[in-house]
Amino acid sequence: MTPLLSAQDVRVRYGALTALDGVDLAIHDGQRHALIGPNGAGKTTLLNVIAGATTPQRGAVRLDGRDIGRLGPAARARRGINRIHQRPAVFSTLTATENIVVAALPRVIARRRWWPGERRRAAQHRAGPLLDQMGLADVAAVPAGHLAHGQRRQLEIAMALAGRPRLLLLDEPAAGLSATEVGRLVDLLRALPRAVAVLLVEHRLDLVYALSDTVTVLRDGQTLAAGTPDEIRTSPLVRQAYADGVA
Amino acid sequence: MIAVAAGTNRIDPYLIPALDGVAYGLLVFVAASGLVFCFGVANILNLAHGTLYAIGGYTAAALLDGGWASLALALTVGVLAAAAAGVLLAGLLTPIATGNHLTQALLTFGVALAGGSLLVAGFGPDDPQVRVPAALDGSVAVAGHRYAAYRLVFIVVAALIAAALYLVVRRTRAGMLVRAAVGDPEMVACLGVSPARIRAGVLAAAGALAGAAGVLGAPIIGPGTDTADTVLLLSLVVVVLGGLGSMAGTLLAALAIGEIQTLGVALLPSAAPFLLFAAMAAVLAVRARGLAARWRTT
Amino acid sequence: MRDEVIRWARAAVAVLVLAGLVVAPWVVDDYTTAILARTLALALVGVSVALLTGVAGMPTLGQTAPYAAGAYASAVLGSRISDVGVVQVAVAAGAGAVLAALTVPLVVHARGVIILMITLAIGELVVTVLGRWRSVTGGTDGLAGIPAVRPFWGLPALATDQARYLYTLVVVATLVGAVLLLLRTRAGLLLRAGRDDETRLRASGHRVPLQVSGAHVAAGAIAGAAGSLLVVAQQYISPADFGFDTSALLLLGVVIGGTASVGGALVGAALVIAARDWLFGVLPGQAPLVLGALFVATVYLLPSGVTRARGRLRPVTVPPTHQDAPAAREHATVPELRP
Repeated sequence: MTPLLSAQDVRVRYGALTALDGVDLAIHDGQRHALIGPNGAGKTTLLNVIAGATTPQRGAVRLDGRDIGRLGPAARARRGINRIHQRPAVFSTLTATENIVVAALPRVIARRRWWPGERRRAAQHRAGPLLDQMGLADVAAVPAGHLAHGQRRQLEIAMALAGRPRLLLLDEPAAGLSATEVGRLVDLLRALPRAVAVLLVEHRLDLVYALSDTVTVLRDGQTLAAGTPDEIRTSPLVRQAYADGVA
Repeated sequence: MIAVAAGTNRIDPYLIPALDGVAYGLLVFVAASGLVFCFGVANILNLAHGTLYAIGGYTAAALLDGGWASLALALTVGVLAAAAAGVLLAGLLTPIATGNHLTQALLTFGVALAGGSLLVAGFGPDDPQVRVPAALDGSVAVAGHRYAAYRLVFIVVAALIAAALYLVVRRTRAGMLVRAAVGDPEMVACLGVSPARIRAGVLAAAGALAGAAGVLGAPIIGPGTDTADTVLLLSLVVVVLGGLGSMAGTLLAALAIGEIQTLGVALLPSAAPFLLFAAMAAVLAVRARGLAARWRTT
Repeated sequence: MRDEVIRWARAAVAVLVLAGLVVAPWVVDDYTTAILARTLALALVGVSVALLTGVAGMPTLGQTAPYAAGAYASAVLGSRISDVGVVQVAVAAGAGAVLAALTVPLVVHARGVIILMITLAIGELVVTVLGRWRSVTGGTDGLAGIPAVRPFWGLPALATDQARYLYTLVVVATLVGAVLLLLRTRAGLLLRAGRDDETRLRASGHRVPLQVSGAHVAAGAIAGAAGSLLVVAQQYISPADFGFDTSALLLLGVVIGGTASVGGALVGAALVIAARDWLFGVLPGQAPLVLGALFVATVYLLPSGVTRARGRLRPVTVPPTHQDAPAAREHATVPELRP
């Protein structure tokens, strides 16, 4: 079966530094895949390569078996690869609702899409439920720049979902969230439509084990191990890597 | 001998404009390199750059009396005055947050407006005459043509200035810092020198270059009410055409503009108004492939 | 509650100003009426500058280029083909849009201070062309003797300063209304989003270069239409009307007005232009000196425009929460300047 997304032999160098050195990755429809590893292992770089923000020196990225290596981030987003950033990126002068409308517009489904205002109305319909889900209903009309960090993070997750992703790239989504907010995030990710695949970069192993069904461990730009959460949990190699990396 | 003469005859009418173009281009290069410097290192769009050139031009007109001593004096005074004006401009820019480009540009425009007005008040509204040193006042023979001696000497001097600039940027520590700053604006902040002092230094250097160009170039682009605008426009086009990346790019762009303004006008008088535009379009065409690739992917 | 009050107050002020503008020609003399008409045309260019600078995040010093294209297209059309105002405004808007479209490749990937420089070069080059293309533009002497315009087929030609002023006012009000409507649509929302964070907008799947180009062409069309109004108001045009000082004054006016607000841009641009006209009237010799000093003083007093004090709008190019992102983008565009 063709995976939803595959990355083969990806290599990225920044000058003398090799960030990724021949990494392979395959994600199938509906798979919840976690990417872990010590700092500087190349996790975010791999996410950037998949999202189209970084061009690898070597290697291929395929979506449904088709090469998307030449597409930019916008074209990939239109094909269903959506992401949230390590630092929440929202439109600071737009209200929370407007943020979601903007994020929803490229992949909105409107029956009479040529009708003036119809697409925006359809996008607006998506915004309400998402704000409720993220607990942002009270601040729907507040400019995103005035929101607290945790709220901005949640808003960005709502924006990623508004784009009707097939593959959701999450770069440390729990960073800066309170315990309640993390709980809400876990519920939300668990409630995602079964078909949506997730690639999660996360330091907190409890979240990784709670949310993912497969795990890849990166170290120094190479794949150290891959398997189910149970296999990874008991792997001596991974323990070793984490002993001299991040706890 | 006859064949050679016939050969020169065909290019003959264009030899003088072509030489003029070199002189014009080198002048624009020296003037524009100050703007590039200001833009590349301090990231300031200095709309008063033409005024700094005009300071040099008016100094030349006021001090030159046909002797060599007056040329040396005018060059010293012009360079110092324009550099001082640059420092003054940097001082005025100090209260404005770094990175607020729009406000910085507007402030420099206000200074240009006021400075131009002061120059007219000081030197009168008429375009002053510029007297070159008597020894250079005549003309010399170039391939059987009479050519103004001053321009010929100017070409040599401006080429020397360009070479000196190249050596400073390539070989000295200051030049290395400049190149690093153009490549990586963040780096300047890491040097531990206050941005205000860097700005003052950069604007003083830009002023000195513009002032030198203004004094030496006074017989070519003379001082007058339009001078500041003309020089600013030509320098801007040089930056747009040549980019900020390399001195060679700046030099090529400046020479191209010089030839367009002289040889181009002689060759295609009817198309003269559009030639500068056409040059910008041509540069775009060269870059079009890269741009088109971006269009496809985003 | 407070927002409600502010909104009502703003609406009331807008109505009062509009009423004042309508009755103005019966209050002041003919000369002032003509000046007012020209100020209205320039304020409309100011709106196009605000559209680019504040809403789309592309500060511009070159809107005089489409403005001039519109004015000359309108003047040539008026002298040779048609004296119908609607046709002239449409053709002028088209000319402005075409010129803006031709320069799109130059500006679409540039940001920040680089776009200021490129647009300034475009504006200055257009003025140079106007001065030299004598057969069409009349060179530096300009074009005079343009027949009076009739607003619509069958209507009489506008013979008085009052009539010309009211015609200008109607066209400006219509176009400003159209811009305000446009900004309430999806297009306006996306433009504001792009100004906030362009990278994020791409990451959501939007075609940012297409939107930027669209905004540039639309702003060109508005400036072009304003050019047609200048011809009506002045009945004479020359390259001096489109100099780089006009661009800088308009940009200052837009900054005073708060960059992203259409109403602010109208008021700011009108104020600055009026101040210039008044200065040149009372102090013919020292006007540039005083104007330059005023420029510097204004820049100090209002670093990013008065509207910012309300906390509703952000500085033009660098929203505080993303200090590093726009800087990086701007830096990334530098290499594009190289051939």
